[in-house]
This record gives sequence, C-alpha cells and structure tokens, in this order.
Amino acid sequence: MTMTKAGIVNSVYERVGVTKKEASDYVEAVFETMKETLEDGDSIKVSGFGKFEVRQKGERVGRNPRTGVEIMIPERKVLRFKVSQVLKDDLNN
Amino acid sequence: MTKSELIETLATRIDVPKKRAEDVVNAVFDSMKDALLENERIEIRGFGSFSIREYRAKQGRNPRTGETVQVDEKKSVHFKAGKELRERVDS
Repeated sequence: MTMTKAGIVNSVYERVGVTKKEASDYVEAVFETMKETLEDGDSIKVSGFGKFEVRQKGERVGRNPRTGVEIMIPERKVLRFKVSQVLKDDLNN
Repeated sequence: MTKSELIETLATRIDVPKKRAEDVVNAVFDSMKDALLENERIEIRGFGSFSIREYRAKQGRNPRTGETVQVDEKKSVHFKAGKELRERVDS
C-alpha cells in the first residue's frame, strides 16, 4: 500500500472537520510552504517526525561506472531528511 | 523553520485561525507517521517519497575503542526528494 496526497487530504478531512475542498487546499498549502522554505535554503524541523535540511555539496570528480570516464560534478545543493529519534524508536518498538 | 513557524505561515497563507492551521499540520504529519508505522510507503507528487528501509543485524565496531559490538536489525525512514523539489532546492 502507498499513501498519496489524496490519503493525507482524507485524513485532514476526517480529523479536522473541514470540507474536502478545504482539506485539499490546505494540504497543498502545507507542502507548497515547505517547498518554498527549502528552496530558500532554510531547513524544516517537525518534532516527532524529522528534519529536512538543504546541504551544499562541493564540486567533485565522478566517474561513469559503465565507461570509467571521469567527469566533473559541479557544486550543488541537495536535500537531506533525518528521521526523528522518537519516530525511529516507535518503528523499532 | 520549526513546526510552530510552519503553522503560523500556513495560517496566514490559507487565512484561518492559528488553531485550525495547527490541527491541519498535526493531521498531515500524524497521518504520515501512521502510514509509516504500518510499513506503508508515502508518495507526494512534486515533494518526494518516504519508505521504510530494513537493516539486517550486523557486527559493528566502536570506532574509538575498536571493540566489536552486536548491532540489532532495525528499521528507518528513507526520503527521496521528488524531481520538482530537487530542482527547486538546487536552483
């Protein structure tokens, strides 16, 4: 089973007592706010869930594993997620 | 940004009282936690996907003392950023 945005919208609808349309708009706004924050390079910490962090990676030499040809990988920013210790403990009982 | 800052930003954005925004944010993350605890994958288009990874028990070593320790099998959450978010973060 996979939970999608529709499943999250449904939970918000059931748990918060708003209309389906409102639940859908609100969930969209939650993820859009998070995307904008991360786009600005800020991290997001949700206690009990985890932390999203933007990390600056330096330029490095990579290699095509098939051909062995070396290429320069330019510096870039990547997103990292670290699960909260509380959630991790719950997963492992 | 913390959860309470996310709640405040959301309240302004969708024009609802802070209490309502708080209920929404809690419902979002609680439902995601419930899914993961049921071993379910989560896939949010444009944002990313979360899945449970299981790691086998192994012999580990304390890097400081060199002592061998038994590491139990464990589960953890793996996140893979979606294409849109990955590109926006790196722009």
